[in-house]
Amino acid sequence: MADKAHGDEGGLAFHPMDQFIVKPLFGDGPVGMFTITNATFWMALTIVCIALLLVVGTRGRALIPSRIQSVAELAYGFIYKMVEDVAGKDAVGFFPYIMTLFMFIVFSNFLGLLPLSFTTTSHIAVTAILAMAVFLTVTIVGFVKNGVGFLGLFWVSAAPLPLRPILAVIEVISYFVRPVSHSIRLAGNMMAGHAVIKVFAGFAAIAAISPVSVLAVTAIYGLEVLVSFIQAYVFTILTCVYLKDALHPSH
Amino acid sequence: MATEAKDAAHGAEAASSGLPQLDITTFSNQIFWLIVTLVVIYLVLSKVALPRIASVLAERQGTITNDIAAAEELKAKAADAEAAYEKALADARAEAGKIAADTKAEMQAEVDAAMAKADAEIAARTAESEAKIAEIREGAAEAIKDVARDTAKEVVSALGVEIDEKAVEAAVAAQVKG
Repeated sequence: MADKAHGDEGGLAFHPMDQFIVKPLFGDGPVGMFTITNATFWMALTIVCIALLLVVGTRGRALIPSRIQSVAELAYGFIYKMVEDVAGKDAVGFFPYIMTLFMFIVFSNFLGLLPLSFTTTSHIAVTAILAMAVFLTVTIVGFVKNGVGFLGLFWVSAAPLPLRPILAVIEVISYFVRPVSHSIRLAGNMMAGHAVIKVFAGFAAIAAISPVSVLAVTAIYGLEVLVSFIQAYVFTILTCVYLKDALHPSH
Repeated sequence: MATEAKDAAHGAEAASSGLPQLDITTFSNQIFWLIVTLVVIYLVLSKVALPRIASVLAERQGTITNDIAAAEELKAKAADAEAAYEKALADARAEAGKIAADTKAEMQAEVDAAMAKADAEIAARTAESEAKIAEIREGAAEAIKDVARDTAKEVVSALGVEIDEKAVEAAVAAQVKG
């Protein structure tokens, strides 16, 4: 593995990608399908955090909410309104699904900002599954709700007739590129930010530039906090937009 | 990107340390645990968390609506009470005005009556006084005649002339009249 390859270096050493290595949590064997790895651990931690916020935090069912309950209600209202506004009133049946995606991504992103943590959403395997899940849901829902009429999504009836076939090709390509951009956007953002922090942190080993380096790490960390939320938001709102296409395919 | 920078710096080990994200051997592991995680989160959210939050929000909305309705009702009651108060006030004012006018009219009548009585009395007294004055004046005129006659007689007798009573009287009467 990579950490062995870096083992015999001294002085200024950059290993910005080591934080993304998936390794078994117990022992040092190969990573099999059911091995409990650091990815498993941090995913489990997201479940715990979500349960703490949304289940334990609301156990009082208070009419006047406690602080944690109002955060939970805020999250609920935020996503519910987004689903209703962007995807339409008939999409509220998908609300638990979209809430699941949002809560998972936002907690993975924020937990990944803890020092020494592992960011599950920085892995393309994870985001690709999330994006494929959205893509398949949207496609299946589109065909189930609209039948063949769902293909009308690709036939831009507002355009002049000679242009329509060309636009249809473009629309089809853009439709199939969606899961790719959807997943790479999230994984890329998370990975790049964390790697940049690590690179700046590596420079802190040199005494002369360490103050600059520490300041830069602080600044980028602040930026990353913002990015963590924005990427979760973007992923969720795009899911809603795609879902709207599935439910109302006419342009 | 950072990867290229690292690869340039550590050219020797670049081959052995690709992106961990592209290490296909870990994919099945991540995908398996991701699906487990998502299913667990979905179940927790859809069975427990979301219905609970929805019920709390609905309950709060209901309470707020009820409170607003109650507040509207109380406001209407307050408006009614205010209207009743205004009406009572206006009635009382009208009553007071009426009483004042009545009293004023009564008093005016009394004053008028008293004035009339006083005027009558004054007129009576004036008449009486005039009569008395006329009497006194009459008396005075008689007295003057007597005095003048007596005086004239005395003067005439003092002069040694025979007293002609009738002539004296006539002369005095003419003088007094003139």
